[in-house]
Amino acid sequence: MRDFSYLRAGSVDAAREAAALPGAMLLAGGTTLVDLAKCGVAEPETVVDITHLKGLDTIAVDDRGATIGALARMSRVADHADIKSRFPAVSEALWQAASAQLRNMATIGGNLMQRTRCPYFRDPANFPACNKRSPGSGCSAIGGVTRGHAVLGTSEACIATYPGDLAVALVAFDAILHLGDRQVAVDDFFLPPGSTPEREHAIEPGEMITAIGIPASAAARRSTYLKVRDRQSYEFAAASAAVGIEFEADGRTIRDLRVALGGVATKPWRARAVEEALKGKVLEPEVVRQASLLAVEGAVDHGANHYKIELAPRVVARAILKMGETA
Amino acid sequence: MTSKTRTPIQLQINGHRHELEVEPRVTLLDALRDHLGLTGTKKGCDQGQCGACTVHIDGQRVLACLTLATQAESRDITTIEGLAGEDGTLHAVQAAFLEQDAFQCGYCTPGQIMSAVACIREGHAGSDEEIREYMAGNLCRCGAYPHIIAAVRQAAVEAAS
Repeated sequence: MRDFSYLRAGSVDAAREAAALPGAMLLAGGTTLVDLAKCGVAEPETVVDITHLKGLDTIAVDDRGATIGALARMSRVADHADIKSRFPAVSEALWQAASAQLRNMATIGGNLMQRTRCPYFRDPANFPACNKRSPGSGCSAIGGVTRGHAVLGTSEACIATYPGDLAVALVAFDAILHLGDRQVAVDDFFLPPGSTPEREHAIEPGEMITAIGIPASAAARRSTYLKVRDRQSYEFAAASAAVGIEFEADGRTIRDLRVALGGVATKPWRARAVEEALKGKVLEPEVVRQASLLAVEGAVDHGANHYKIELAPRVVARAILKMGETA
Repeated sequence: MTSKTRTPIQLQINGHRHELEVEPRVTLLDALRDHLGLTGTKKGCDQGQCGACTVHIDGQRVLACLTLATQAESRDITTIEGLAGEDGTLHAVQAAFLEQDAFQCGYCTPGQIMSAVACIREGHAGSDEEIREYMAGNLCRCGAYPHIIAAVRQAAVEAAS
């Protein structure tokens, strides 16, 4: 690991100022930054430790929604009684992510800055070509082993999968990120790779996530996060779905539906076509299965990841039907 | 701004204060093993994937390989060396691991035990299924999982009684 300077920030303003300097990076739980520094992917000149800042880890929930401080640890948010009751998909996405140890370390803000697990991205010594790491150098994944790579939102420059779970639930429920002076919708925060895969987040130097807001909704209250993976626990998603549903008074007709996908796309993927196809319909298994196929409209595979195109709609359908059963 | 050179820090480990000089990039794991001779905490993958380096910071289980030593200043750190009583009496989880033969090569064991202590304290050891889920961050290449689960179950039952 390359050597770096360490600065413990005394205030949010001091952290933002220090992080705006060339080569500086914010350090929270360290589960991404220290890991990537060891891989030789992140090469900070200075790390700005924000974990000692006070007042950034509060969790407040009321009838309008939840506000979660950026430094709240994943484990604490997952176990929070009001998050569990009003935003079950958020709690489930969190406790199904990583391991208990990592969830005790990783912060909510840092979680959203998590980088892809693309093995080519993570291995600069053996794979110098990576457009995300070194713009213009090429993509080692295309034509390589692609079993874990994305089928949605890809470009000719990059097919790296967005690895997180929390953000999938957040895009489903229209969460807002607080960046100090401004706010940005979480769906707009994550950028598709296009021709600039090195730019993953709509955040500028000197900006810092301070909190996440999640608006309350009936769909968020009746929601779930279904994660399908190669092993039962402590694994990234092969395909996952955050689903929330609200029924009309008859308990069968879908009034509101939220669907987002993880593990299959280059960013947390909102599946609005599925939502629109099912709103106003009576929840019937065959109707749900047909509509769920719309989740992978426009999907492109690269060989070994073809299975994700079949798997993702099944995961979506299963999650929707599971929510229907609780009616 | 702090320099890149070795900087004096103080770590509170197993109830004792240690003073050492480390570069900012030194992880808590390397500080424990290489600077302080506390080699009970193991280095497995050194990438946050195996759990062999699990320690407690302020009572929470975390990975020492992804924690900078400097970040752990002024926190309360517990390692496997700090689990047994002063007189050598084993912690209930250590005793349960012995009784249930919950290891083969033993390399992952300190991490398994530190994780298990926290798992029970968190209230996540209510069933075998829950133990499997909440111990998933500790890999055992020998595959001693059935005995590890038995040991955690035994210690959890003892802790509840």
